[in-house]
Amino acid sequence: MNLDPGPMMATSTPKLRLIQSPSKEPKRAESVLDFIGDTPLLQIRRVAEGISPGVRIFAKLEGFNPGGSVKDRPALRMVQEGIRVGKLRPGKTILDSTSGNTGIALAMIGRVLGYPVELVVPANVSMERKKIIQAYAAKVTYSDPMEGSDGAIRECRKILEGNPDKYFKPDQYFNPMNPQAHYETTGPEIYRQTRGEVTHFIAGIGTGGTVMGAGRYFKEVNPNIKVIAVEPDDALHGLEGLKHMASSIVPGIYHEEEIDEKIPVSTDEAYSMVYRLSQEEGLLVGQSSGAALLAALKIARKLRSGTLVAIFPDFGDKYLSTNLWIGWRDRMAVGNLEFNI
Amino acid sequence: MSVRVRVPTPLRKYTQGADEVNAQGNNVKALVEDLEKNFPGIKERLCDESGKIRRFVNVYVNGDDIRFLQNLETNVKEGDNISIVPAIAGGR
Repeated sequence: MNLDPGPMMATSTPKLRLIQSPSKEPKRAESVLDFIGDTPLLQIRRVAEGISPGVRIFAKLEGFNPGGSVKDRPALRMVQEGIRVGKLRPGKTILDSTSGNTGIALAMIGRVLGYPVELVVPANVSMERKKIIQAYAAKVTYSDPMEGSDGAIRECRKILEGNPDKYFKPDQYFNPMNPQAHYETTGPEIYRQTRGEVTHFIAGIGTGGTVMGAGRYFKEVNPNIKVIAVEPDDALHGLEGLKHMASSIVPGIYHEEEIDEKIPVSTDEAYSMVYRLSQEEGLLVGQSSGAALLAALKIARKLRSGTLVAIFPDFGDKYLSTNLWIGWRDRMAVGNLEFNI
Repeated sequence: MSVRVRVPTPLRKYTQGADEVNAQGNNVKALVEDLEKNFPGIKERLCDESGKIRRFVNVYVNGDDIRFLQNLETNVKEGDNISIVPAIAGGR
């Protein structure tokens, strides 16, 4: 892909390229799992208008993973390790609690590798997520929507205790292979894609796997790279996939002391950013991507130079039925998109 | 007239941990006002500056989303079940 930033003006129009670029042969594989990782970076230009010309913001588009989200990476790594140490073997069922994307990833991986998958999902996850999981024919138990993802965690523990020999539980909130996946893949990819120029890494906290794992890699290769976590500004929020740490079961893999800064974002501002991305960049993403870009812009405004990379966990097609898109045209109207950046 | 209102975990700090509370009123708007009287601060979490229910909060009357009824003007009667449900589930 083209990483040449071109003219450094944030207002510049991207160069048009031929659809069939002769420079790179499209990847060919024997398993859909071989397409996990190696996701592209996209420079955000129009939405980033007004920042210093020496500052670039890139989005790492994790929606290009075959399961449609960043969660393909840790799900695959946790399953691989389970097989390696013998905890997952023929006859076992993969079981975990998830608010969606990890469930989709596990359901997909289970199909490829031949393991049945059971998931505990809060009943209030988006309709699209439920349907995708069903399309992989994973067994789903819906937990009380009043209890959120913590309710799913508790329900899942109960199922496991009832039949411990039947299941392999990747346990994404506590499994070190979750951040390890990002330490081994997401971090190095970004470092290579920016030719080592990344100065700020920005990722939302769901389990904390991305920010912990990739963050650890960056600190090893260059301790000056700032690792920044994004979280909802309130326990009651509309940022699907993100966790408000102060009011949640804190994941065992999450160590706040390893991050440089935590930026709270409001649901309404993140939603507005999602609308701007679709209208101005032609990029339809989920709420957590809007939150990540909002945080990146808040940082970018204070910098004279830098290369910021924000994780965009997935595309927006899984959220079209959600409240995100209710009344969005009114909110897009002139004067309504004010940002407190 | 009193109805039972189910409260999700993120709002239970206002209800001293209770997952279900009583509220008085003939419609959802009145219920929200009554909740605010007994649990100060809760209204701001449920409604935006213009007084509408926030987009990431769903309110159900007997299982029906009030957005598809009469929103805040939706009538309630003795014995109805009201649920305040976050529109999304956090975490991955």
